[in-house]
Amino acid sequence: MTTMDTAEPSRRDFLYLATGAVGAVGAAAAVWPFIDQMNPDASALALSSIEVDVSAVAPGQIVKVKWRGKPVFIRNRTDEEMAKLAKMDVKGLRDPQTDADRVKKGHENLLVVVGVCTHLGCIPLGHQGDYDGWFCPCHGSVYDASGRIHAGPAPANLPVPPYEFVSDKVVKIG
Amino acid sequence: MTMILSGSKLGRLVGATALAIGLSAAVPAVAEETAVHGPVVEKQSWSFAGPFGRFDKGQLQRGYKVYKEVCSSCHSMKYVAFRTLADDGGPGFSIDEVKALAATIKVQDGPNDTGDMFERPGKPSDRFPSPFANEEAAKAAMNGAAPPDLSLMGKARAVHRGFPWFVFDAFTQYQESGPDYVYALLTGYRDAPHGITCADGLQYNQSFIGGSCIAMPAPLADDMVTYDDGTPGKLQNYARDVAAFLMWAAEPKLEARKSTGLKTVMFLVVLAGLLFFAKRKLWSKVPH
Amino acid sequence: MSGPSTYVPGNAFTRWLDARLPIIRLGYDSFVAYPTPRNLNYWWTFGAILSMMLVVQLITGIVLVMHYTPHVSLAFASVEHIMRDVNWGWLIRYMHANGASMFFIAVYVHMFRGMYYGSYKAPREILWILGVVIFLLMMATAFMGYVLPWGQMSFWGATVITSLFGAVPVIGDAIVTWLWGGFSVDNPTLNRFFSLHYLLPFVIVGVVILHVWALHVVGQNNPVGVEVKSEQDTVPFTPYATLKDALGAAVFLLFFSWFLFWVPNFMGHPDNYIEANPLSTPAHIVPEWYFLPFYAILRAIPDKLGGVIAMFGAIAVLFVVPWLDTSKVRSATYRPLYRQFFWILVVVAVLLGWLGSQPAEGSYVIWSQVLTGWYFFHFLVILPVLGKIEKPKAVPESINAAILAKSSTH
Repeated sequence: MTTMDTAEPSRRDFLYLATGAVGAVGAAAAVWPFIDQMNPDASALALSSIEVDVSAVAPGQIVKVKWRGKPVFIRNRTDEEMAKLAKMDVKGLRDPQTDADRVKKGHENLLVVVGVCTHLGCIPLGHQGDYDGWFCPCHGSVYDASGRIHAGPAPANLPVPPYEFVSDKVVKIG
Repeated sequence: MTMILSGSKLGRLVGATALAIGLSAAVPAVAEETAVHGPVVEKQSWSFAGPFGRFDKGQLQRGYKVYKEVCSSCHSMKYVAFRTLADDGGPGFSIDEVKALAATIKVQDGPNDTGDMFERPGKPSDRFPSPFANEEAAKAAMNGAAPPDLSLMGKARAVHRGFPWFVFDAFTQYQESGPDYVYALLTGYRDAPHGITCADGLQYNQSFIGGSCIAMPAPLADDMVTYDDGTPGKLQNYARDVAAFLMWAAEPKLEARKSTGLKTVMFLVVLAGLLFFAKRKLWSKVPH
Repeated sequence: MSGPSTYVPGNAFTRWLDARLPIIRLGYDSFVAYPTPRNLNYWWTFGAILSMMLVVQLITGIVLVMHYTPHVSLAFASVEHIMRDVNWGWLIRYMHANGASMFFIAVYVHMFRGMYYGSYKAPREILWILGVVIFLLMMATAFMGYVLPWGQMSFWGATVITSLFGAVPVIGDAIVTWLWGGFSVDNPTLNRFFSLHYLLPFVIVGVVILHVWALHVVGQNNPVGVEVKSEQDTVPFTPYATLKDALGAAVFLLFFSWFLFWVPNFMGHPDNYIEANPLSTPAHIVPEWYFLPFYAILRAIPDKLGGVIAMFGAIAVLFVVPWLDTSKVRSATYRPLYRQFFWILVVVAVLLGWLGSQPAEGSYVIWSQVLTGWYFFHFLVILPVLGKIEKPKAVPESINAAILAKSSTH
């Protein structure tokens, strides 16, 4: 086969090439189910977005829900806390972001953040620390009531998960 | 293959002997069975049978209604999740319909922050609720016979087909003995024939494979469930629809399986054809 | 047989590698230049088909383990999770379950081919014995694999088969308790079966390598049954045998697809879709179809120990077939009488399989006894005697001569 020196591909060559090509395509297609089976399955995907009734979250309260295996904090900030946040200088922060960028329009007092410290993954404690936001007990990272990092080793703010209000009362996370 | 066809006298003799053994062994067994009890199960026609079979969405929705309003009061279906009611190849409910259906049940969840379990409305990710906490509770409530889980009923029951039918079944792709049996059982309640008496709490059923008498009272009767699509509320319709629904519940990937199979076979036919010609070409210059 | 290696490294890297680890040379000598008799028919493609099925079982099995839970309270549910939730889980699990049946179909064809063409005769005794070892390992693996879904047949099949060891005099009960790791088939049993079901296929791979090695030392037998005498008798493995094997494999995959996609539960038992219940025995316990002939032999003997001995004896006798068959002629093509008895044996095996699926009562038992008797009679009496009294037809001088004779008659 390797010593074929005809310039023009013969019918025989074409037949072998076509057979090989079809076989290769089939083998490639057969591999897909074995790769795809490692992706999240239907039962995991069914839990990948959750709906939470936030009407019961009183001002000043933090509710913890589990989403994709991680805690999500839903915090209804009081007017007092909102005023404090409004006065804060954002530019000097390690991860500058305005509070308005971290909430949904029309629901500014409601903050939804993933409750995992951006340092090494511990879960911060609510209503603690100098800014009365969150304080991470592992290495002392301090977050404000908008979940923004102010002090300690954490490099970034608590992340805001993708979420939307499906009604005035219900938030869909994920 | 040619070597098999060495038709000699002895070969024919072997075949004849084989047939004779098959017959002589089968005949007394069959006679024996009918004398004691012969489950009456007839083949039904199903939309999901055969190489191109697909479920009838309307039938699955009706079957779900029968299951929900009748069967589910005694039987669990613990492997089926509400979300699958909206899956491809299933009853074809919309996501919102599924949410509403799931919300009609109460699910125990928890523990909450204070360590207590609490009840919440069902979500699409929940599985169908079980009427009893465990098998013992079911037995205690149901006269000693626990109603079996229905998740796999479409595949977990079959009437013994015997020789030679089981051989033909492989060729005709007969895989519907489960729903055939469910249909037969649900419509098989009769007055016990002369000579058979059922113990207290048992009913005669001409199709039951576990004996003549079954613990389940006739679950369905005409006009028991109101169909929304105008299908007449007849026992036969209920039985057929719920049997189809149970087949879907047992084999929710049936449509994906058959359509993947068609693609695979078409591909393999092309590949085998190419290999055949390539091989013939290659070997044509080598006497063999 | 293989002779001196003809591999010539093509470039600097392969020359460098060849001087250190001649792995390309090994592959080339074994699967490219390796001379195969050119008169092999399609029954010889089953070796390649079996290799393919072993790989299919390994890959699907490893994938299933990613989702399966070996625990009595979770095993059945985890299989349902695979069937319902895991992406393509239904495909992979049906592939594995039906693949086991396909594996056995192919191995039975392969074994009967060996018997028809006398492939076990000198110098291929070790090749044959290694094959029987693989067959035994396959049976053990398949039996333990069937327990893992933890359905009713899983549980009761495991109970019945492990109880067989109770027939061993004196220490029987101790052996059974040891196998179970308890006083009945339970979680420890499931866990050890899972462990061994994962291990044994790799042992099979090892023995398959020995089997192929032994094959490549002595060379393949062929339908004529005379040894290769000259280069005229052979063609290089690649592309000739590779292409033919690929065609055989593709057709076999079509056959596999029929069951996999349209009748995936044909080979299974409905009761295995009921979760194991140690308090309720199914009316009728049957093993998987590929064990049925041996199951029939087991039940034919009305004595527990005797039945167990007969069943294991039915496999053990295969080990000594190379010495039981006294005929100098290999291929049944030139043995008119042996050919008849071969087909009788095939029919006996099929009928035993059918009887194994029937209840052990009445005429079924009598027929099982008659056919069991014939099974042993075939190996222990017919094979040795036939070699002495049979007048074989004239065997061709060589493979090439047989081919020339065949083409001149057309």
